[in-house]
Parts: sequence; C-alpha cells; structure tokens
Amino acid sequence: MIGINIYLLIIAIATLLSMYRVFRGPTTVDRVVAVDIMTTITTGLMVLFALYYKRAIFLDVALVYAVLAFLGVIAFARYLEGGV
Amino acid sequence: MIAEIVGEFLVLFGTIFYFLSSLGLIRMPDVYNRMQTATKSATLGSLGVIIGVGIWAIGHVGSYAWLPKTLVIAVFLLLTNPISAHALIRAAYKSGIPLWEGSVVDKYREYLEKEEGKEEVSDETKEGEQ
Repeated sequence: MIGINIYLLIIAIATLLSMYRVFRGPTTVDRVVAVDIMTTITTGLMVLFALYYKRAIFLDVALVYAVLAFLGVIAFARYLEGGV
Repeated sequence: MIAEIVGEFLVLFGTIFYFLSSLGLIRMPDVYNRMQTATKSATLGSLGVIIGVGIWAIGHVGSYAWLPKTLVIAVFLLLTNPISAHALIRAAYKSGIPLWEGSVVDKYREYLEKEEGKEEVSDETKEGEQ
C-alpha cells in the first residue's frame, strides 16, 4: 500500500524529535526519559529494517538491544535515587 | 495477501503512535507528564510495529518463522517498559523535582505523609507503655 520506506522515514523523524528533549531538557531525568523513549523507538526501527532486508537474523539484534536498554535505564534510576 | 494488508495496517498504526509519543515528549510541561504520555504511546506503538512486522513477513517474505520471534520481542517490551518508567519516575520524585504549577493532585505525597503520621503515633504509644 504505502510502502516500507515511508514508515522508516516517519520513525526516523520521531527519533530526531525526541533527540530535541535530550539536548533541551532542564533536568537529568528529562534526558534519561527521552533516551528511554528513543531506545524503544529504535527497537521498532531495527525490526522494520529486518523486514526491509528480509533477514530474520536481524530480529535478534533488536531483542538484545531492548534488554541492554532496559538494564541501562534501571541502573540509571537506581543511581539517581542514590542507592547504587 | 490478506496477511500483508493486516500487517501493514498494524505497522502504520504503530508508526503513528511512535510519532505521537515523541510529540508528547516535546509538548508536555514537566517530567511526570512527559513520562505519562511518552511511555504509554511508545509501548502501544511498539506492539503495533513489531507484531505487524511478524504478520507482514508471512506474505512479504513467505516465512512463518518471524512471528514467534517478534512475539517474544513484543512481550518483553510490554513487560519491561512500565517497570523502567516506574523506576525512573520514582527516582525523579525522590530527588525532589517539583511538579508543574498547574498540577492538582499529588497522591504520593499524601501517602508519604500518612505513613509518617502512623510512625509518629506508634512511637508515642510505645513511649507511653514504657
């Protein structure tokens, strides 16, 4: 119908828009929230890229990326709370 | 053929929600509101895009092996995204970031005050017993 290129373009624009909050955000938590949303969006982008190249092996990359992003955000939250 | 149409519709749905979540990240006034709008819609968008790719691949690539893998990724995101959002926002509240001036209700502070009141009361009763 519309084509996979358009979806890739819209998701890339969304990632760039959330980059604005990373640069602008007044507090540290703002920046971490923006990075968290960016990694969630990037996971979807990787899954779409796997469909673009028709390679199922790229899905594993997205899964590992999601795990690492989750661990990073949890570690950062513990650090901000003062309990590391 | 039908799998391609259903999958592409789901991917379009998720893409729109991704865009809305990053828009909410820019537009909202403080940390708590930003987290509220962005996390929910990004989780829903992820479900749409990832499961949509799994269904789309049945027609586009001709393989059924994509659907289990994408389901695993989607369920993992659905479980972990609220946990990370909860931990982050709790850290933000504990580190003392103020609410937006238009905020009406702060249930967590009421809860904390009630807990402190209970502890004081229990201390007094203990001292009285002694």
